[in-house]
Amino acid sequence: MTVTLFIPCFVDALYPRAGISMVEILERLGHRVVCPEEIACCGQPPFNSGYHAEARTIATPVLEKLADAEAVVIGSGSCGAMVKKFYPELFADTPHAELAKQVAARTWEFSDFLVSKLGVTDLGAKFPHKVTFHDGCHGLRELGIQKQPRALLANVRDLQFVEMPEVSCCGFGGTFAAKFPMISTAMGEVKCASAAETGAEYIVSSDSSCLMHIQGLLSRQGKPTKTISLAEVLNHK
Amino acid sequence: MNFVSEFKTRATEKSGDLRHRQFIRTALRGYEVARDKRKGAFQSWESARQAAAETKWEAVNHLDKHLESLVAKLEARGTKVHWASTGAQAREIIAQILRDKKARCIIKSKAMTSEEIHLNDALEKEGFTVVESDLGEFIVQLRHETPYHIVFPSMHLTRDEIRDLFQKELGDAPSNTPEDLTMVARRVMRQKYITADVGFTGANFAIAETGMISITENEGNSRLTAALPKTMVTLIGIEKVLPRFADLALFLPMLATAGAGQPMTCYNTMYSGPRQPGECDGPEEWHVVLLDNRRTELLADAEQRDALHCIRCGACLNVCPIFRNVGGHTYGTTYSGPVGAVITPHLRGLQDWKHLSNASSLCGACTEACPVKIDLHHHLLQNRRNASASQPAFFEKLAYQIFGIVANEPRFWSLAKKIGWLTQPLQRAVKGSALDPAKAWTKTRDLPPMPQETFKDWWRNRK
Repeated sequence: MTVTLFIPCFVDALYPRAGISMVEILERLGHRVVCPEEIACCGQPPFNSGYHAEARTIATPVLEKLADAEAVVIGSGSCGAMVKKFYPELFADTPHAELAKQVAARTWEFSDFLVSKLGVTDLGAKFPHKVTFHDGCHGLRELGIQKQPRALLANVRDLQFVEMPEVSCCGFGGTFAAKFPMISTAMGEVKCASAAETGAEYIVSSDSSCLMHIQGLLSRQGKPTKTISLAEVLNHK
Repeated sequence: MNFVSEFKTRATEKSGDLRHRQFIRTALRGYEVARDKRKGAFQSWESARQAAAETKWEAVNHLDKHLESLVAKLEARGTKVHWASTGAQAREIIAQILRDKKARCIIKSKAMTSEEIHLNDALEKEGFTVVESDLGEFIVQLRHETPYHIVFPSMHLTRDEIRDLFQKELGDAPSNTPEDLTMVARRVMRQKYITADVGFTGANFAIAETGMISITENEGNSRLTAALPKTMVTLIGIEKVLPRFADLALFLPMLATAGAGQPMTCYNTMYSGPRQPGECDGPEEWHVVLLDNRRTELLADAEQRDALHCIRCGACLNVCPIFRNVGGHTYGTTYSGPVGAVITPHLRGLQDWKHLSNASSLCGACTEACPVKIDLHHHLLQNRRNASASQPAFFEKLAYQIFGIVANEPRFWSLAKKIGWLTQPLQRAVKGSALDPAKAWTKTRDLPPMPQETFKDWWRNRK
């Protein structure tokens, strides 16, 4: 299958290792990976701030580039939710309404694609560490992805998995983190405390944006817990 | 008055208050355990939510019909029904009843609708004595505060604080045990029940089919409020109507489970009229005031109409990470938490209250918790859209327009990343200070180091 990989803007600019791992995993599974270089962002920042016209300015060329894709895989639950769930809403009553629905139906978040579409749960990875998993809220509640990353982690050799005592938001929330920095920070601290209770060395997530927030707090506070993307764990030998 | 800056100031202060954070977290952990256990008593909690949402949909989408039936049934048994379009009208109707009765003292059971119309202030200004009989409301009234939470008004206070308050205000509190504190409040209140001229209640549900109102409570104070004074006044939002009596079989346990993790609230009372001939107790007169106060404007909004499904259980507040960190008083509204952020712009103006919709990470925990399936966090997005469309913020809009140009042109996007990488050491030198353009982030958090080779660079080189 030809997989069109959609690398979110912050993965491109800040977390290339996550994107590279996705390419290597998909190719190892025998798929052809293409990655349209013209696509930078899904348009979620203006959309979440309520600026729909500005969001469409960014999202329209994205839709057009993805129009003929056999399967679109996005390396983020949040951007995945944008394309799968919010594009049809954003383009409702526009000439792109039908295309938005078609692309949404062919779009997958990375872990969901591996488990639900390809039926793969064992990637032969080895990661000899104690880890916990952070569910990005968009992936969890907009796309209903919860079991898929856990099924993948369950087959990683030497990995010890432990759940956090509470399911909670990391506090990132896009522009929310800058508009209400203290609330966002407090939420992140609650998340970090929850992760620390598990005694895990690594917090793993499908969403690099959540990890950016969590790692930002951990680093500032000098905490030893580390963060890593799910794709990198799955690509680790 | 600037509601945004007040909110930001209070939110900043509260979210850094570690004692508050831990206190609320501990208080709600007990709730979560109890709630999850009680959900298990439903054959299927998800089916129950669906059934409740459909029933409320039917009620709200045929509100005219159900209200007519409710009023006809209430009036048939001698209840006086009043319609109030605004809070001011409702206050005047209630004050006029008190004047007609030459009342001096009014005893109240818990009613968020009365908080919504600021009833106590209005009545006290006219010289009436107002006593809250719900223990939590009684405590916040003594502190001259508004309720912290729509279900647990004084959940922000420790037992020690309540003991000190009782000692100061009532001159009595032998210890900080719930039993002792309750007995103090009870001694004070029992006297008030006897001397009050008018009893005031809110309502949880109004049954169109039978012309009843249903009140749910744990303390029994509402029953005394309704039974002892000669005149009873009930204030109820028009959206509280349920079509059928049998609907309570679902809504009463659901309200108790979602709201407090209880199988059923201790007392559930249905009122259908004032004292009838031959009956030995109950009020001689019963006035029901039906309050609109811009609910019909929300009804006219097809996209967010389901916000009128709300049964005020507080489940969305309890799970909301924003509420848990900033606390109830920070909102500056009667209805706080996610549902408050959704409906306050409709009740009090979008531009003044849009910041509550912005103050969310859109995590969706509220929508998942809501027993009547209100699409809460998507309504926050819709409020943001409506606010930006009617009154865009100049610089924010401009920033997104520039971002759009950069994102759509690969050369600009590459250049932006290069600039980011090159200016990184400069940014690090001024990290968190007033000079730092990213200070909103870097005051409390580190930025990730930007790699020299981005994903797109790697992809291009590889090809």
